[in-house]
Amino acid sequence: MARHSLRRLLGLIPTLLMLITVAFFLMRVAPGGPFDSEKVLPPEIEANLNAKYHLDEPLLTQYFRYLGQVATLDFGPSFQYKDWTVNELIAQGLPISLTVGLTAMILAFVLGTLLGIAAALRQNTAVDYSLMGFAMLGISIPNFVIAPILILLLAVYAGWLPAGGWDWSIASMVLPVVTLALPVTAYIARLTRASMIEVLNSNFIRTARAKGLPESTVIRRHALRPALLPVISFLGPAMAGMISGSVVIERIFSIPGLGSYFVQGALNRDYTLVMGVVIFYGVLIIVLNFLVDLIYAWLNPKVRYDEKY
Amino acid sequence: MTKSTDNSVVDPFEAALSVQDVKGRSPWEDAWHRLLKNRAAVYSTFIMAFMLMLVVFGPMLISWESDFTDWDHTSSPPSVESGHWFGTDAVGRDILVRTLEGGRISLLVGLVATIVSLLIGVSYGAVAGYFGGAADRMMMRVVDIIYALPFMFFVILLMVVFGRHILFIFVAIGAVNWLDMARIVRGQTLSLRNTEFIEAARACGVGDWAIIRRHIIPNLLGLVIVYATLTIPQVILLESFLSFLGLGVQEPMSSWGALVADGAQDMESAPWTLIVPAVFLTVTLYCFNYIGDGLRDAFDPKDRL
Amino acid sequence: MALLEVKDLNVGFCTPEGEVHAVNKLDFSLKAGDALAIVGESGSGKTQTVMALMGLLADNGRVNGQALFKGEDLLKMSTTELNKHRGREIAMIFQDPLTSLNPYLRIGKQMIEVVRHHQGLSKAEARAQAVEMLRAVRIPDPERRLNQYPHEFSGGMRQRVMVAMGLLCEPDLLIADEPTTALDVTVQVQISHLMGELRKKSNTAIILITHDLGVVAGLCERVLVMYAGEAVECGSAEQIFYDPRHPYTQGLLDSVPRLDRPDDKELHAIPGNPPNLLSLPEGCKFRDRCPKAHDACKHEPPMQVTEDRHAYRCFLGESA
Repeated sequence: MARHSLRRLLGLIPTLLMLITVAFFLMRVAPGGPFDSEKVLPPEIEANLNAKYHLDEPLLTQYFRYLGQVATLDFGPSFQYKDWTVNELIAQGLPISLTVGLTAMILAFVLGTLLGIAAALRQNTAVDYSLMGFAMLGISIPNFVIAPILILLLAVYAGWLPAGGWDWSIASMVLPVVTLALPVTAYIARLTRASMIEVLNSNFIRTARAKGLPESTVIRRHALRPALLPVISFLGPAMAGMISGSVVIERIFSIPGLGSYFVQGALNRDYTLVMGVVIFYGVLIIVLNFLVDLIYAWLNPKVRYDEKY
Repeated sequence: MTKSTDNSVVDPFEAALSVQDVKGRSPWEDAWHRLLKNRAAVYSTFIMAFMLMLVVFGPMLISWESDFTDWDHTSSPPSVESGHWFGTDAVGRDILVRTLEGGRISLLVGLVATIVSLLIGVSYGAVAGYFGGAADRMMMRVVDIIYALPFMFFVILLMVVFGRHILFIFVAIGAVNWLDMARIVRGQTLSLRNTEFIEAARACGVGDWAIIRRHIIPNLLGLVIVYATLTIPQVILLESFLSFLGLGVQEPMSSWGALVADGAQDMESAPWTLIVPAVFLTVTLYCFNYIGDGLRDAFDPKDRL
Repeated sequence: MALLEVKDLNVGFCTPEGEVHAVNKLDFSLKAGDALAIVGESGSGKTQTVMALMGLLADNGRVNGQALFKGEDLLKMSTTELNKHRGREIAMIFQDPLTSLNPYLRIGKQMIEVVRHHQGLSKAEARAQAVEMLRAVRIPDPERRLNQYPHEFSGGMRQRVMVAMGLLCEPDLLIADEPTTALDVTVQVQISHLMGELRKKSNTAIILITHDLGVVAGLCERVLVMYAGEAVECGSAEQIFYDPRHPYTQGLLDSVPRLDRPDDKELHAIPGNPPNLLSLPEGCKFRDRCPKAHDACKHEPPMQVTEDRHAYRCFLGESA
């Protein structure tokens, strides 16, 4: 199994490379450069700036120079925030984004699976229909619709929570985490329900019941693990989706996380910042996907042993 | 070949067959019946049809122009006397008209981007699934790689790069959304490829591309319809995200996402500017999801989500 | 005293197309240590009969009638009460051992949980008992095998594991639903022998469901033949094989290719199809396919019983 994991890890490198390449060339194709938004510069100064940042070199040279830098984990200086390097900016924004993202993911998983199981066990009853109706709503309402409404209700009218900003307090975390988690929770709930229903109809559950085990044991020991497998598989794309959603959430709640750096960087042609964030998130997702694969293999013995043959 | 006319062996069987004639039902009829039984999907279809009527014909019937600024009634709440049934925004534009016209854009993006993603996804998946082997493995590796990355980043980059022309939006969103379709189509093609009727076609000398055209693609139709319907809300959602971030369609065109963004700004003083487009957007997504779900259940009850 | 007495059992399923009558007015009984085979083609209702007894019917299933096990009516019990009997006094093994065993749990865990739940043994004691049982069903190296997953066993071995699992609590009754159908012929014989041996050792009663008459002969003394949800003939194995009274049974036996009848050149089949369970015909259900049908068959035929307890549901008086 170790050999298998190593092979998977190595296979991630092409993914990363492709990510970096696509992002790099996309950014460069965009019209306009990083210094356009400033006041018009005299040509010599502009030439100097371009030379300093190697922007006058042929694109391919810049590309390989960049790859070399990345290999040493140096993402270069930010063009937009003059006194900062990208590494420093990432270090600033990362803890915030990570906290919000992880908390939201855990919340979505726990709540989603519980709701899904509850619905599955009461299939075709009022509980089931209403839970799944809400889940469908959760998937359908965009988070930038829910967020303002929640802000309106809970922050403005009731005054219980702050309307935005980030100060590491629980209160400032609640709304962003909840809004970010909502669609994923809904999707996981539906997925869990469908999976659980299918598992409960399988032959080995019939055998477990025929053995006289109480239903709670049947569910806990026999049904739960196979039912959760599709949900575990979904965690990878779920996290990617959450990262995407975080861009909007950070904007709405004025949270200085990586997502907002990204959008600002993209709009201002801050190449290095954008690249840095993209690569960082890319690596994060790749690593997380890898971990999810490991967890899946641990839970599903069939996959484990297949590798041997 | 001589045709045997001795039916003496078969006759007793035929005579003994039960009198009830079994009327056959094609898989399409089966799916249709199942779909009709799904009340949520049926209601959603009616609502969507109504919505379509509204956004297409509504603005023509309403007396206000979408860019007409009614200075007497800026930020005024919904009322019948002012003529603005759903209120106005900060510069006095009628919310209902703006929302309906925004709806045109949102639904148009939904439709066209879905078609783009459909074209890319179906061809990619069918080719990968049909040829199989190394080509398939490589093509699916590419899909896996792209799938693992946050689409939002790429769409934002694409929008920043190519500007905000509406055509680019169609292409950008479609280009990012074809993955699910490709995977599903490839899976189905793979299983079709190994069926006996395809083998028979090949044995008769039918070429690869003709097989893909004549046998594989018609059999994919049901699946494609299901997932196309499910893609539409995803695409509309993505477009609304873009618009919300200020990267969507440019003024004077507006879409639901942009309207919600605008409304969110004024939501304390004029909540209707947020609520109206938000409701339209949510209802549309909600209904399309139910229709797509219903179609999926109708075509293959085992695939329920 | 009868171990199991089934009286007037009816099983139906509510479907959008109407009610499917799977089992109609079924009666049979079993004494301790008896081995009964329930024989019939697909759709005859044999599986649903035992599913009803075990409380494993699908959600849209409806049962009425009586099924007295040691005097208590299984059909009236709640799931909790039923769980006291299932796995402990009545065990069931199923047709496809690959899907009937949990692929995500080790065999040991699946076996041990039965014993620990019903008999409250410690882990070590339960494990020892499981090892013994695996040995009894002739699985080599049982200690190691307990830690393996179902997909690491061959088909025949998986079925043995199921048999072992079923017999762990020394049940009074073992129900086997087509245990050999999914296995190849040599393995079929082994499993049959195994069940016979184990039955002799612990005097377990067996209900064997099958459509394969060959398997019946080796294991069961009594046979119940079902058709379209009804019992059409019931008797000892000798009576059924050598003196079948009901035309359906005769047709069944005729359709088995025989090596000792060299002049047989054609395969005999019973012409036609079983009736639609949604709308069963009046009178004898076998009427449309019966070579000996006559006018009286439009009415419900009586269940005739000979002095040596050979019962058959037909108007015909003597064997052909």
